[in-house]
Amino acid sequence: MLTHLINGLQLGSIYALVALGYNMVYGIIKLLNFAHGDVIMVGGYIALFALTFGLNPVISALLTVIGCTLLAIIIEKLAYTPLRFAPRLSLLITAIGVSILLQNLAQLFFRAGGRPFPSQLLLPTGSFSLGGVSLAYTSVITILASIVSMILLAVLVKSTKLGKAMRAVSEDQGAAQLMGINVNSIITFTFALGAALAGIGALLYAVRFPLIGPTIGAMLGLKAFVAAVCGGIGSIPGAMLGGYIIGLLEMFIVAAGLSRWVDAVVFLVLICVLMVRPTGFMGRNLMEKV
Amino acid sequence: MKPFTLPMPARYGINTALLIIFLIVGNAVTQSGMLGRAQNSLIIQIGFFIILAVSLNLMTGYLGQLPLGHAGFMAVGGYAGALFWRAQILPDGASIVVGLLLAGVTAAFVGFLIGIPALRLRGDYLAIITLGFGEIIRVVLNNIDWLTYGARGLQSIPRHSSFTVVYICVIFTCAAIHMLMKSRHGRAILSIRDNEIAAESCGVNTTYYKVMAFAVSAFFAGIAGALYAGNQGILVPANFDFMTSINILMIVVLGGLGSMMGSVIAASILTFLPFVLQPLNEYRMIIYSLLLIIVMIFKPSGLMGNYDFSLSRIIEKVVRRIQKAKGASADETR
Repeated sequence: MLTHLINGLQLGSIYALVALGYNMVYGIIKLLNFAHGDVIMVGGYIALFALTFGLNPVISALLTVIGCTLLAIIIEKLAYTPLRFAPRLSLLITAIGVSILLQNLAQLFFRAGGRPFPSQLLLPTGSFSLGGVSLAYTSVITILASIVSMILLAVLVKSTKLGKAMRAVSEDQGAAQLMGINVNSIITFTFALGAALAGIGALLYAVRFPLIGPTIGAMLGLKAFVAAVCGGIGSIPGAMLGGYIIGLLEMFIVAAGLSRWVDAVVFLVLICVLMVRPTGFMGRNLMEKV
Repeated sequence: MKPFTLPMPARYGINTALLIIFLIVGNAVTQSGMLGRAQNSLIIQIGFFIILAVSLNLMTGYLGQLPLGHAGFMAVGGYAGALFWRAQILPDGASIVVGLLLAGVTAAFVGFLIGIPALRLRGDYLAIITLGFGEIIRVVLNNIDWLTYGARGLQSIPRHSSFTVVYICVIFTCAAIHMLMKSRHGRAILSIRDNEIAAESCGVNTTYYKVMAFAVSAFFAGIAGALYAGNQGILVPANFDFMTSINILMIVVLGGLGSMMGSVIAASILTFLPFVLQPLNEYRMIIYSLLLIIVMIFKPSGLMGNYDFSLSRIIEKVVRRIQKAKGASADETR
């Protein structure tokens, strides 16, 4: 039971980190960034190659995070910036296009099959026991890493000038611009920040499921988005909560022996949440302006 | 002089005559054995992709929503039709018609059920919730082994998708959606796309029309699914995944949101091209996705924009030009 709990929390931490990326981007330009999951997939490959190349784990991790950030900035500049004032449908379709492009490029370069990820090179394996419960190092490190990143993010958003600017832009772009905020660079920064978290998420995901393939990002991304919606779009603690809920739920379904139904149940939860409380558990209700 | 217009019966007459000629020619070509098995199957495929694209266009182009679970409806219709055909309760001719209708109605019913919660949301939420439903349908089909044989696939489905059947379905789909869009219901749907709040304040029952469009769209997707089943002879749930929905969406977007002709042309080209360009198959999805991005950035209206083809309008234009020329020459001689 407790093992499942820890496993669920580990999975939930990964979802939470990815969900934050969706959350921030959605909060600022109202775009469901379909490519976010595939940025994670690319991050997985970067980490894989860095580690098998024999680089130091810390340097590999840094490379992964930087790689994801750069990729997100490139995507934002090339594909999303030209559509800043286009209808949201166009933006959404573009995001889907970017996602498929990344998946198929990965498939072209790295072949369709999965590659085993040398997770033992990144994090120590083994476990220790605490009060009679054996805990894997990887689970504990994953949970801690995600909590630390989220606290850092919360501090950044709540109490720095940059964070204030981000909140201002997500509230009202026009007004923010009039106050002398460079909206474009703030949006780019948001993408970069989300992708940096995705990079961390990619590392933790690769440790948890050590098989990197071109399509690992798609399902992970979708479930993380479900987590973001359940928790409440636009709220950092909401994304955390949503991530943990989805992670735990998934683990318990698997524990109950219904692993074939996992995806269906996750989406069913999303539908129920959207029916009952469309803003998520911790989201604010925004009225539509005419 | 009053500008020349074709009377309505003449318009219908011309169109019907052309469609019948096309049917006879197409039937003769496919029956004659001039084309190989693969080519025949390709023509059938173009047919059901046209139906899928045109029905998705109703949701995306005309209603302005982005459902990502079209393959789910296709799957529901496909399984309903295939199971009915396998049971072989009725003689062949009646079986085809009833099977197709059953496929459409089942899919429409599922679409209706899904539409009620889904369409209370808009934009990205609608996209993600329909995607979720598509996945749920796939997982369910994969897991109810007693009915669908799960991942092994539903086999030995009677091959009912002949050229004639598919062709008539295509015509029926296009005509029905065209007529829907020309009616007052169609105008209500367009008004929701253009401005939902304004439409609502003018007394358009937006939820009703959204659910209706969703159900109609699902109905035709279900028919396309049954045709797919009748062409392949086997159904596997994995064939109806997210990528299938995306493929249909690509056809609609590249053809032009809100253009039926665009959907038809894009469906034909995008189904035909991979067949011709076998060596490029590895790059196919890369090219498509790049096209999708580039089209969205530089020409968001797609290939055809919202232009729709009308034969009568072209005839009228030609006749008017001839009349003008005649009139001009008559003026000169005077």
